[in-house]
Amino acid sequence: MTNQAFIFDTELRLVVLTGTRVRSLRALRAELPTVPDSSIFFHTHQAYLGHNVQRSAPYGDFTRWVSEALREEALAEKLAAIDLLACTTIQELRHSVIDTVDAYLDEPDRPDYECRSEEAFHFCRSRGFVLPTGMVADDVDDFFRKAASISHASLYFHFFEARQQLGRRTTDFSGWLSDRGRPDLAAAIDALNPYVRTLDELRRDLVDVGART
Amino acid sequence: MSAHLDDYRQIVGSQVIDELRMLADRVRHRRLQHINSTSVGGGVAEILTRMIPLLHDLGIDTTWDVIKGNPAFFGVTKAFHNALHGGEETITEAMFEVFRDTTAMNVAELDTYGDVIVVHDPQPAGLIVRKGEVGGRWIWRCHIDVSTPDPRVWGFLQDYVAQYDASIFSMPDFAQQLAIPQYLVPPSIDPLADKNRELPDDEIRSVVERYGLDPDRPILTQISRFDRLKDPLGVMKAYRMVRRRHDCQLLLAGGGASDDPEGAEVLREVREAAGDDPDIHVLELPPFSDLAINALVRGSTIVIQKSLKEGFGLTVTEALWKKKPVIGGAVGGIRLQLLNGVTGFLVHSPEGAANRVVELLGNPELRNAMGTAGHEHVKDNFLTTRHIRDYLLLMLAMDHDDTDLSVLTGRAST
Repeated sequence: MTNQAFIFDTELRLVVLTGTRVRSLRALRAELPTVPDSSIFFHTHQAYLGHNVQRSAPYGDFTRWVSEALREEALAEKLAAIDLLACTTIQELRHSVIDTVDAYLDEPDRPDYECRSEEAFHFCRSRGFVLPTGMVADDVDDFFRKAASISHASLYFHFFEARQQLGRRTTDFSGWLSDRGRPDLAAAIDALNPYVRTLDELRRDLVDVGART
Repeated sequence: MSAHLDDYRQIVGSQVIDELRMLADRVRHRRLQHINSTSVGGGVAEILTRMIPLLHDLGIDTTWDVIKGNPAFFGVTKAFHNALHGGEETITEAMFEVFRDTTAMNVAELDTYGDVIVVHDPQPAGLIVRKGEVGGRWIWRCHIDVSTPDPRVWGFLQDYVAQYDASIFSMPDFAQQLAIPQYLVPPSIDPLADKNRELPDDEIRSVVERYGLDPDRPILTQISRFDRLKDPLGVMKAYRMVRRRHDCQLLLAGGGASDDPEGAEVLREVREAAGDDPDIHVLELPPFSDLAINALVRGSTIVIQKSLKEGFGLTVTEALWKKKPVIGGAVGGIRLQLLNGVTGFLVHSPEGAANRVVELLGNPELRNAMGTAGHEHVKDNFLTTRHIRDYLLLMLAMDHDDTDLSVLTGRAST
């Protein structure tokens, strides 16, 4: 058990074009093993930060492109079904995407359709800067009080980014709560599925966990 | 009147403003200099006019300088602009000479003193030749689509662009292969500008009535200049299909037809196609009609932007911000803004547009849900505050190695 305070950080990011663009599923597949880690993370996660609106289903950039530009709805569904929560490293995530595409391409009669030029998929990556917000929680009650007012960017960082980009196997919040001797609260936070909630809803869920104390 | 950063607090939330201030603390020791080719008119000048006071408010020493040029130079850059957009232009060696001569004059006369110098668009791009002498980090901010350029003009420009430390494009589709980093910074709208600010209901109603529309009946609106690529006749076709089932009015409003021969021709075609239908309103709006446009969009039931080709499509951003359900052509930046079925509908034909209009007119709950989602989407991604954040991050990026993640917390990673 530790008495260490929780320091709320945030991550602000720029989007960088990698210069790689593809127009077919096979071309996408060819690039997937070599694009930077941050590109894989960006295209599977940026929608959760940038599209803070209700969604009918989990999705990412690959899913959206495969559906809208290639009209390969079955593959889009399979990509949307990748269990992002189960992937705790970028490598796992990359392999999940590749395996899903490979399994689809292995099926007979898969057309190698090339989308229109203006619908090409542009691989991007993010360039992030992690900064302290200045908010510090001294104890568990203080943590939940302050969590109610953190920004989307801070929430996203501790929930999504720190887990995979920084290779932590749990959210920062649950890790800290465990260390503070509250594994029950940590487990409650780990049970939240951030991929089916908007960031506003996720923040409310987080605060609700605290209200149960 | 210039807005202050704290005026945006109630719009975007305190956390966003606090994050901007926190970010500004990191780069306040750097001077930021913008350079473009005009201080009035055009999107770049509009953005800088609104943004620079806010950067000052953040304590960032920001200046804005404008290059000089005679009409011959601006004639050349207009031709370059069209050629970079893929248009057919006759480009001569003499035109390159004019560009080089004006660049040399500006290099001699314009003081470049920023630690970070952002040069907007092709006209001042040649100033980069000063970099070796004055130092600093130089960024080329390209607002236009250079994805399918005239190779000769792009080749000429590329010699300058390659010397920059980084470039910025508005959308991936606009970019070119470059050896320097290419950042993606979408444009933005200012929620406090006359074109976007909240208006009282009675003012909206009064403007709608003043332009001859009935505020108590559904209004379908497309705001854009009279240009075939905006497909105003396709919008009219969709309206006529909708009219078989729903009572509604159509508003096609835009400016620029008076000084654009092609625009005048399209306006004539649109008026002719409208015939004597009293529910089709074709308005040619004069410059500085921002408040009227604001009120007309706010008074509309559905906004349409059925473009066949589009840049970013800021008219879509503006309509989404006003909580309007938007039906847009699946082209350009409209695709980035309309999350199909969530913040609006993407369509490919007048028939598709008509189907979606019928769906929305019959479903007020869907209109409200889309309007709310669209507003949130713009709030998170396409407002001035996000644009400022991107510039501050670029300043920070220029101070650090190009890694995916820079941890600047000043403590070991936990």
